[in-house]
This record gives sequence, structure tokens and C-alpha cells, in this order.
Amino acid sequence: MTSKPKVAFYWCASCGGCEETVVDLNEDILKVVAAVDIVLWPVALDFKRRDIEALSDGEIAVSFINGAVRLSEQEEWVKLLRQKSQLIVAFGSCAHLGGIPSLGNTANRELIFQRKYMTVPTADNSAKTFPCVSTLVDGHELDLPSFYDTVKTLDQTIDVDYYLPGCPPPTSLVGEAVRAILEGKLPERGAVLAPNKSQCDTCPLNETKPEKLAIREFKRVATSAPDPKTCFLAQGYICLGPATRSGCGERCIRGNMPCRGCFGPMDGVLDQGAKALSAIASIIDSNDPEEINRIINTIEDPLGTFYRFSLAGSLLRGSRVVETKRGG
Amino acid sequence: MDAKSFEPKIIGFLCRWCSYPGADLAGTSRLKYPPNVVPIRVMCSGRVDPSFVMKALADGADGVLIAGCHPPADCHYQSGNIKAMRRYPLLIKLLEQFGIEKERVRLEWISASESGKFAQVIREMTETIRSLGPLNWPTRR
Repeated sequence: MTSKPKVAFYWCASCGGCEETVVDLNEDILKVVAAVDIVLWPVALDFKRRDIEALSDGEIAVSFINGAVRLSEQEEWVKLLRQKSQLIVAFGSCAHLGGIPSLGNTANRELIFQRKYMTVPTADNSAKTFPCVSTLVDGHELDLPSFYDTVKTLDQTIDVDYYLPGCPPPTSLVGEAVRAILEGKLPERGAVLAPNKSQCDTCPLNETKPEKLAIREFKRVATSAPDPKTCFLAQGYICLGPATRSGCGERCIRGNMPCRGCFGPMDGVLDQGAKALSAIASIIDSNDPEEINRIINTIEDPLGTFYRFSLAGSLLRGSRVVETKRGG
Repeated sequence: MDAKSFEPKIIGFLCRWCSYPGADLAGTSRLKYPPNVVPIRVMCSGRVDPSFVMKALADGADGVLIAGCHPPADCHYQSGNIKAMRRYPLLIKLLEQFGIEKERVRLEWISASESGKFAQVIREMTETIRSLGPLNWPTRR
């Protein structure tokens, strides 16, 4: 047996993009592989749950877990990994703040199943078949993980030691984090392993930001194209730069896409969406309530815009679906 | 909890220059209004971050009042109340997407002399929220 530190990668409710980032380390991954012993990586290597169960507690040096927690199976896995690992790193937006999957918290299991298996135009389900936790087939009982009503962030499920933000986290930050762990040069527990600056601070378009931003109409990238060389907010496109942590390399902005907030908030901010809303609403160029209303109505979907990557990790965590349905 | 025994909990963010003295005057003038509001003095209605409102609602409040100096020109900091005025309708639109009725969060302009208006706003809010029922936000989902 080697004495190299053991490392695990696991995925929960995610798209697989975080796994891509690990692969995108390219040649550097060979250095990682040379320095550590990978004991779990479902996307690339065949390990079973019993392999992890056979390890002693704390035997894994660090587990990188991406994805939000949506299924009972994911909860079981992350709890097992917590038990077996010295460090847990929430890897990517979904593990960090819920990410895109947590937009599902605007609905609940029943509404999601109805939509997905019945009312979506491409569904043909006259037998009304829905996923269930246990089914009998030819006398054999088959199990499926249960689907929770709400999506949770990783730290709403287990204790998390560090966070690597981003959708997905850029390879530069992943490399730095791995190096810091191997060299034992980690910051205080609970830290987000990215700079504590706002996106605007490092934005390449910052110089084009006027002294005073003023918006009279909100535009959408879906219906018009921004000028790639001018601050998006100055053009009236909602950019979450003011309320989002830097460190991503401004990949979206360089691709002519206003910041969508995947890096989450800076340290000490309780709710990224609320901060973004506050910043955006304050620069509306009107002092007349009626005109302000008109301008605000050009924002189609405030929840989806301001909480695109952080709904599960926000103060309210999701919409009150069941109650309003009953009440209405 | 039935409608009769339900006492709404309202958090009132009152600005230090107008609305808090207005509430103070309601007290020294011995105006009667329901004891359902917990006043929190802030320096300016523009200081009331939307996350304050959300935290109040998530942590058990049934309603939130934001009160500040009359626009356009009463604000001690010149434009803090204008910032509150711009944020409020967007916050309401967002809260409705969260399934929170817009009547639960109210923005009012109350000057230091308008003790009667303060008492009236608290009376109205208490009754409106009483009829809506408890919010009971599920903090542990």
C-alpha cells in the first residue's frame, strides 16, 4: 500500500461540468495523480460503496463533492464520505449554494413530477407511471432513491470544511486548492477558496463604468446583443457583478455575457440575491413611483435572475408552494 | 392556530430621523395602537437591505414595515429614501415569486410629527396580516 493521501471525488445533483474541470487540469492532473491516491471517482473509475465503507473513519484526506443534495442516495453518500474524510470541499456552485438544480425549490416534488411525467408536451404517460421508492417486478422488489421536496446545499446536509465556487470552478482555483491541501497551507475552516473581491473590482469592462450608473429600461441578452466593450450595467443589462465574488477569470464577461452570479457572494453576505436586487434597483434612474414600477416590470423574472445559482443557499431557500396552493 | 388567537409579529425598520421619532411621539402622545410591532431603529430607510426583510420573514416575522422620511427631499442623507423607494417594488415582485403576499411587507413615509399616521399604519398592518394568517416560514425544510 502507498502512503499517499487518499482523495475522493463525488457528484450529487449536478450536470457533470465540475467533473470536466478536474479533467481540464490536463497534464497537471498527472501531478495530482502522482501525489495522491484516488479512492473514489464515479465519473471516471469504477469504485463501489463497499470500497468506501471498508475504509476506516478519517482515512480519506479530502473529498471533493459537487452537486446539490436532491435524492436520499446523495444524502447517504455524502454522510458516508463525511465520516471517512478529514476534509470535505464543496466543489462548484451546486454544492456551495444549490446552483441551477435548486431553482427546483420554486416547486416541490409533486409539481415537478406532474410537469416532468404528465404535462410536459413531450410526455406520453397514459399509464400514469411515476417514479416510486419501491416497485415489485416479477416478484422482485426494486428500489429507487427517494426524491426530496427541496434541494439542499451540501452544508445543509453535512459539515463542510471549504468551498470552491463557480459553475464550474476554474482550473486555476482547483489547482491552487489542491496545492494548498497537499502543502497544508489552508486558510481558516469554512473559507471560500477564492478572492474576497467583487466581480466589478476585477472586471475588464470596469473602466467603461460611468461614475453614476442609471438605468431607464432593463434589456435582456435573449432579445438584444450587448456591446462587448462597455459595462453591461451601463447598457441596461442586469449583471450580477456588484454582488458576486471574483476569481472566475471573468469568463462570461469576456464572452459577452453579463455576470450571472455563479461564484456566490463575498464573505459575510447572507443572501446574494438580496444584495444583487439592492444594487440593481438602486440604480434605476427615476424618483417617481409609477415610472419605477414601469422600469421594474421590464425585469421578467427577478427570482430566476438574482438567485440563478444560490436559491437553496439563500435566506428563504425556496418558494412557499404547498401553502399558497392550499390557500388559493 | 386559529385566526382569533393569532397575534401577528411585525418587524418595523424605522429611520432614525423621521419615522422612529414619529413612533416615539405616538408613545408620548399616548396614542393607542396594537402591540404587534417590534421597532428596530436604523439610520435610514436606505440602510434597510432587502436581506434584512428576508431574514425577518425567514426567522419568524409575519410582516415587515419599512418606514422613512418623505420623498423627495426630507431624507437626512438626501437620497436614502429614494433608494428604498426604488428597491421596494422589486423586492415585492420577488417576494411574490417566493409565495409571500405583498401585503406582508409595507413601505411608508412617516415624518417625526406624524404619530397618528404611524399608529394608523400599525393598526392597518396588524389587521391585514391577521387576516392573512401566520407566515410560518419553513426555515428547516
